[in-house]
Amino acid sequence: MAKLELQNLTKAYSQKIVPVKDLSLSVEDGEFLTLVGPSGCGKSTILRMIAGLDQPTEGRVLIGGKDVNPLAPGDRNIAMVFQSYALYPHMSVQQNIASGLKLRNLATGDIQKRVQDASRVLGLDPLLDRRPAKLSGGQRQRVALARALVRNPDVFLLDEPLSNLDALLREQVRADLKQIFEDQQSPVVYVTHDQTEAMTLSSKVAVLSDGYLQQLGSPNEIYKTPANRFVASFIGSPQMNIIPLERVNNAVLLGDSKVDLPTNLPAKSSVIMGIRPEHLRLPREGDHQIVQGNVFLVENLGMSDLISLRVHGDDNLTLRALLPSDATWSRENLKLALPPESIHWFDTETEARLN
Amino acid sequence: MTTVTKPTAPTPSSTSDSSIPWKRILLWLAIAFTVIFSLAPVLWQVLTSIKTNAAITADPTVYFPGLDQLTARHYIDLFRENQFQIYIINSALVSVISTILCLALGSPAAYALARLRIPGEQLVLGAVLVVTLFPYILLFLGLLEIVRALGLANNYLALIVPYTAINLPLTILVMRSFFQQLPKDLEDSAKVDGYNTLQMLWQIVLPMTLPALVTTGILAFIFAWNEFLFALTFMTRESMKTIPVAAAQLGGTTLFEVPYGPLAASTVVGTLPLVLLVLFFQRRIVQGLTAGSVKG
Amino acid sequence: MTQDYIRQREKRTGWMLVIPAVLLLLLVYAFPILRAFWLGFFTENLSTNLQPEFSGLENYGRMVQDGRFWQSIGNTAIFTVFSLLFELILGLIIALALDQAFRGRGLVRTIAILPWALPTALIALAWRWIFNAEYGVWNDILVRLQIIGDPVNWLGDPNWAMVSVIAADVWKTTSFVAILLLAGLQSISQDLYEAHSIDGATPWQSFRQITLPLIAPQIVIAMLFRFAQAFGIFDLIQVMTGGGPGGATEMVSIYIYATVMRYLDFGYGAALVAVTFLILILVVALAGLGLKRLQANAE
Ligand SMILES: Nc1ncnc2c1ncn2[C@@H]1O[C@H](COP(=O)(O)OP(=O)(O)O)[C@@H](O)[C@H]1O
Ligand SMILES: [Mg+2]
Repeated sequence: MAKLELQNLTKAYSQKIVPVKDLSLSVEDGEFLTLVGPSGCGKSTILRMIAGLDQPTEGRVLIGGKDVNPLAPGDRNIAMVFQSYALYPHMSVQQNIASGLKLRNLATGDIQKRVQDASRVLGLDPLLDRRPAKLSGGQRQRVALARALVRNPDVFLLDEPLSNLDALLREQVRADLKQIFEDQQSPVVYVTHDQTEAMTLSSKVAVLSDGYLQQLGSPNEIYKTPANRFVASFIGSPQMNIIPLERVNNAVLLGDSKVDLPTNLPAKSSVIMGIRPEHLRLPREGDHQIVQGNVFLVENLGMSDLISLRVHGDDNLTLRALLPSDATWSRENLKLALPPESIHWFDTETEARLN
Repeated sequence: MTTVTKPTAPTPSSTSDSSIPWKRILLWLAIAFTVIFSLAPVLWQVLTSIKTNAAITADPTVYFPGLDQLTARHYIDLFRENQFQIYIINSALVSVISTILCLALGSPAAYALARLRIPGEQLVLGAVLVVTLFPYILLFLGLLEIVRALGLANNYLALIVPYTAINLPLTILVMRSFFQQLPKDLEDSAKVDGYNTLQMLWQIVLPMTLPALVTTGILAFIFAWNEFLFALTFMTRESMKTIPVAAAQLGGTTLFEVPYGPLAASTVVGTLPLVLLVLFFQRRIVQGLTAGSVKG
Repeated sequence: MTQDYIRQREKRTGWMLVIPAVLLLLLVYAFPILRAFWLGFFTENLSTNLQPEFSGLENYGRMVQDGRFWQSIGNTAIFTVFSLLFELILGLIIALALDQAFRGRGLVRTIAILPWALPTALIALAWRWIFNAEYGVWNDILVRLQIIGDPVNWLGDPNWAMVSVIAADVWKTTSFVAILLLAGLQSISQDLYEAHSIDGATPWQSFRQITLPLIAPQIVIAMLFRFAQAFGIFDLIQVMTGGGPGGATEMVSIYIYATVMRYLDFGYGAALVAVTFLILILVVALAGLGLKRLQANAE
């Protein structure tokens, strides 16, 4: 149990390949931090630097206030779960789980007890004598988790642990993971490219792109107040409508409709508007910002319909909206309300959040 | 290492009654040629080795000896009079020890060249590749000087050291190509678990490497068993000779009566271990040879 | 820039693992070659009581005039060219056959690699027996088939002796070529052939336009290995003919061995080693360039 801190971490493989740029963040005891971002944005690299498998080009990793840069991975007291699970093929499940403990010269009884505990939590009891080759994907995943849990590490690191499971199993294991790590005191750093995992599991989310930390916050903050255009479009499904618009006095024109800008925006000639599909709705009494258009595509998602709308007055402008499937509406001249409190404004140049 | 078993397209075996299946005929001709070509000389040795002297020199040549034309005499002579068991022991000793040494030195080097970034890596690899092409005749003079300077003539070390060295390039190339195919996560996971490099190599990498070690070991053993030039040059005392040299010198000793039977028997005895190796490990030998040269 | 501890550890461990192997390679490969170049500038033979005396380029001057040396180079060239040629043709045929699916393919493969695995010196004995002038089975077969009237003294006639050692070498090493070519053949996707035959190509056209170009790298590699081995061939010749009759099958290696071991002429022997090494490196370098170009073309 120890606080994990990253200070100004930079990793450059070469002049051109710099997957991590000046990253600073900290994870407290009991916190679950998820690093999320598109593939290749440097998530694994960050994890490997924390583990000591790669050395940062600049910056420091601190665990419990201690600089661990000079320490070998095995001396950092961390546990890591790999995407491929990395189970030792020549060892039984039991031996796999115990491998890290044996190296630390724990008493045999202690090792056995810890393995039993982890095995019970993860339902591995009937599998303990098998070799990894004889296990299903889900079982292997649980063995890898058990191997990490028995270690009682100072920090847990997990690199896309669910991405090799099929969709159904993934959802189930995700729920299990959440329960297991809620009982753990040590900080957890979890890497994924899947925003649903990020939102459901974490107490804190770090959105990464292009080597930079784009936003760090609770899942709620990230969803409600995305710090910039990238975060806004990356988090949330279906994707947020993002529309660059010209500014006319204190408003913008969305086709034939006028949308008022918040009062505190800096005076610039253009602005980016963002609104999530689930926040567009059929107009009610008192809505005054209304946009009108023709529906050209309806996608049935079960609970709701995802509709695509071509806005009147600007043929290039389309909006996507999520409407309850029991609602009634017409495809021609559909009117949708834009609740002002749900609209996000971003700067055209810096793409940073304005409101 | 998996062998590529390619789904071969179904051959049109019975295309139609009128056309002759030329492809099939050609194929079976080629196969028959391969088998006869590869086996006939060997079988002829075997046959000669169990024929009586009279049958060996009979005119017309005896292809199907009768019972009275068969004998085990040549094999008995080989071990009674020529003490062939000594040469077998020498060959086995030198080959096995050099093979083990070669794996012990070559595998760690191959691992380092596959996984660890070290300065001069390209240079070492390039040198290893080029060196596989050097015929032994280029080395024997320099080695002879070393052997003389150190007084190693008629000492097993005079063969063990060069045999270890001549098999190193192949070992490094084959093992390196194997290590490169191992998933790297396993090693990373071992490091995080707390294994140091040597523990990791010994407890995690080595068990996964056993098949490749067997493959490489077989090749190294074959090359060591078959080597002639160094054995001829550095081992002059009769009791230290290896099989190829001892067999080759069987015939040279008696000018008048060439011992055809024992000669044939000695080739059979000297090749038998290798025939067995090939029978059991054909697949591995092919894998090793292709990994050592093609992938390089 | 922080200290890269991981890199340092990695470098240290890496060198620890590599150095024993490198040292041994230096001892057994680098030392003898360098030593040969050095000793090549000295005269060290019976006339100097086996003491090295510096003599500059004298050994090399002697080599230019040495008819026996040139003959051995010529013999080696003939041996190498014809061995490689036949091995390539036969190896290709065997590889093509083994690439097909048929019952008992595993067994045939095992049989096909057998010659490669057997000790050359013993194989040389076997072939010496087969080519025996009096009792040899080869003569018997040819006489029975009425290809020849009287038995031929295969190893006693200068021309036939060369033919015989080439035949034995082809037998011994064709399997090696076949193994390498087979690996190349197996990496060609069957789809290519199917697409090509749908386009109306005959098997021969497929062979010319798909098979040969795609296994060209393997052919070059196999020939490169075989060149080096054939150029330095020793055991086969030493046991089968000893270089005879009358030097008709004396290869460079046999000449070097005799110079050192029989005439005890170490200085000249070293010069011969040095020149042989240079010829080998030159050819290998040329082949390496060719291979690079082939691989560049393939991409
Ligand atoms: N050893 C390496 N050498 C050079 N570039 C690398 C190396 N490892 C990763 N990279 C590059 O760094 C970038 C980030 O990789 P990674 O951290 O694995 O991304 P992610 O896990 O987010 O998908 C990628 O562009 C990758 O190509
Ligand atoms: Mg990754």
